[in-house]
Amino acid sequence: MTSNNKTIARAWWWKALAIAMLIYTFIMGFLGTVPAMPIINESIRNLYFHVTMWMGMITLMFINVIYSIKYLRSGKLYDDLVGEESARMAMVFAGAGLVTGMIWANFTWGAPWVNDPQLNGTAATMLIYAAYFILRNAITDEIKRARIGSVYGIFAFVMMFVFIMIIPKMNDSLHPGKGGNPGFNKYDLDSNMRMVFYPAVIGWTLLGVWMMSLRVRLRKIEEKIHNA
Amino acid sequence: MKNKSLLFTLLFVIMNIAAQAQNVEMADTMRSNGKIYVVVVVAAVVSTVLSIYMISIDKKVAQLEKKINEKK
Repeated sequence: MTSNNKTIARAWWWKALAIAMLIYTFIMGFLGTVPAMPIINESIRNLYFHVTMWMGMITLMFINVIYSIKYLRSGKLYDDLVGEESARMAMVFAGAGLVTGMIWANFTWGAPWVNDPQLNGTAATMLIYAAYFILRNAITDEIKRARIGSVYGIFAFVMMFVFIMIIPKMNDSLHPGKGGNPGFNKYDLDSNMRMVFYPAVIGWTLLGVWMMSLRVRLRKIEEKIHNA
Repeated sequence: MKNKSLLFTLLFVIMNIAAQAQNVEMADTMRSNGKIYVVVVVAAVVSTVLSIYMISIDKKVAQLEKKINEKK
């Protein structure tokens, strides 16, 4: 499985796909037709740039959980390395999503941080993942670190799911699709926006996976230098 | 060397676009719709630059991998 991963990391086709999707997003994101709606106006286009950050984050956290389970089954440190780097990239996406969300909220909801379960849930999720790195760095033995990190990674993913997918849906939230608010899917996300949104999600996510894989490869090189 | 020629090509493209935006008369594509196309071109250039940079990092990592595997 490890050698299979390395072949995928070196393959070019999905990186080309990521680039194509991103350039398409950056052009059609501005030129594509969007529904005219009050308050949100043209800022609905942030769907292609802000919402996609969260999609990328969730995908990378999912990769983290997959590789955490894989590590616990196989005991190969490589699996744990992929898990750690995907959590790191997920945090990068989360930071970008949070900042862009605050800018967007400032001009549509009137304040950068409103008391919204989605926002607070996201903040809690980020703290949970920050604790993942603190926990890892506190353990010097690499096998112990990998095992505890993997177990915590599974726990963190479940908490993320509760905090940003379940609790906001049970409470009143300003976010679409949550607590009495209609979702983008129902009324707003028309076929024109879908044509940009889905490629945007694919593009941003693949870019994140690409960056993650580069860091994994660098860490492997570092390891080899260290062992030489 | 390869990277430098890439950079120059890109610079040339950007300058060309900038020249187009300046020399042409009003009401052409670049100035229509509140100059949104200028933003589109800028965003497209930024994403292209970042993509090229990503590719170059990827190549560098591949080179390092090759070097270290030969050493072993």
